[in-house]
Amino acid sequence: MRRIYLDHSATTPVDPEVAELMMKYYVESYGNPSSVHSFGREVKKALEEARSQVATIIGANSNEIIFTSGGTEADNLAIQGAVRARADKGKHLITSVIEHHAVLDTFKYLAKNGFEVTYLPVDSEGLICVEELKRAIRPDTILISLMHANNEIGSIQPIEEIGKITKEKGIVFHVDGVQSLGKIPIDVQKMNIDLLSLSSHKIYGPKGVGALYIRKGVKIMPLVFGGAQERKMRSGTENVPGVIGFGKACELAAERMAEDNKELTRLRDKLIDGILSNIEDVRLNGPRGDKRLPNNVNVCIRYVEGESLLLSLDMLGIAASSGSACTSGSLDPSHVLLALGLTHEIAHGSLRFTLGRQNTEEEIDFVIQELPKIVNRLREMSPLYHKKLSS
Amino acid sequence: MYSEKVIDHFTNPRNVGEIEHPDGVGQVGNPKCGDIMRITLEIEDNTIKDIKFKTFGCGAAVATSSMVTELVKGKTLEEALTVSNAVVAEALGGLPETKMHCSNLAADAVHAAIKDYLSKKNKV
Repeated sequence: MRRIYLDHSATTPVDPEVAELMMKYYVESYGNPSSVHSFGREVKKALEEARSQVATIIGANSNEIIFTSGGTEADNLAIQGAVRARADKGKHLITSVIEHHAVLDTFKYLAKNGFEVTYLPVDSEGLICVEELKRAIRPDTILISLMHANNEIGSIQPIEEIGKITKEKGIVFHVDGVQSLGKIPIDVQKMNIDLLSLSSHKIYGPKGVGALYIRKGVKIMPLVFGGAQERKMRSGTENVPGVIGFGKACELAAERMAEDNKELTRLRDKLIDGILSNIEDVRLNGPRGDKRLPNNVNVCIRYVEGESLLLSLDMLGIAASSGSACTSGSLDPSHVLLALGLTHEIAHGSLRFTLGRQNTEEEIDFVIQELPKIVNRLREMSPLYHKKLSS
Repeated sequence: MYSEKVIDHFTNPRNVGEIEHPDGVGQVGNPKCGDIMRITLEIEDNTIKDIKFKTFGCGAAVATSSMVTELVKGKTLEEALTVSNAVVAEALGGLPETKMHCSNLAADAVHAAIKDYLSKKNKV
């Protein structure tokens, strides 16, 4: 059976060019970059080349990049590290209600340990209000942490506008750039970002690698001790093949971004329009146009439940995801969808398609053709749909 | 994650629908938690002559609904009342741990439908 992968915000395949390069650093150039000998030195050189590739795609300098085990560690290091370095200056932190759990759960932990956290709400499209952010700032605010683009609904926050405010107020600004990297431009200078979390496996790089950009002069405390690697900010021998793969993936993403973007946006809009016009009682979650990631489609389909939709799609070889409770591992549906003001009932019927470089128009056509049949079948089984017909 | 039997019952659910003028109706769950099961019964001589279900919910919710209809169809009411949620889960070859509580309510819906039938009958 043919398979159609539409879950690129969960993870992406490693680009063959990236995988090939990495292989060399497993079997051939296997030295420890901290070693003095030639085995170490040649790897150190490649590691620094990767650091430069990561720095370039976000407009940073190489010495501002720390490699981590992924986006989650980068978020933890940024938030806990920045707060620990500033605990004597204040105890107030600001974030939003739609952050990834790597951020939200870190704030929850800090809130239990003496810090006060303001969670900014979002509007019905998943965008925060800059005026509301301004009002939330207090004299003792020491950190503002916001995601650039949302992983579920693809909404893109006005980071540049917010960066002007944090710079003026002298508040450290952390941005979770895991979903935006490689999809839309990020410029840490223009956006006045102090700390930026990045992940490799969302941009056709390997899993288990990420990075934190730390603006020169911004102090943070490390979470991991034990060696002098990564300027003592992240001890432990670097995941060399992973880091080198990540560097290459950044280089390729920078080269292809404009072209990928154009094609993904076209397919995205085709899929959105195809779903909205072929199925009744469907709503699009998140904004349309430029304020939405070029590869994200997220809809709520009424009277059906998300996991049932996923299973049905999976039987046709189509891979998607959902924010229903059944897939979140908790009793509640996605916190992001609830934050948009959706009821539990509607949020349970959510479906996310995230497109990637390899998707074709034919694949999108297939989804547009098959999804209405799946929805019909499940609705015929649904007691909620029956009620609607009779009312 | 799901057993082959669960996938089979999800893909080809048995006894989907709603009996017109049912003798008993049972509905459990609520849309907030993401699972609703509605069972309608036709009862003759103290026996479940026909049973249909409608379910809004995940794969496990649909499969347990389908399975319970097979387990109780043709049974006496007393026999049907002995079919518990655990029996349904076992008949499906087990359910993932997280689904045992939230999506395994189908037998409850059948019991509710039988009680509905008995309470109507007693009023007559």
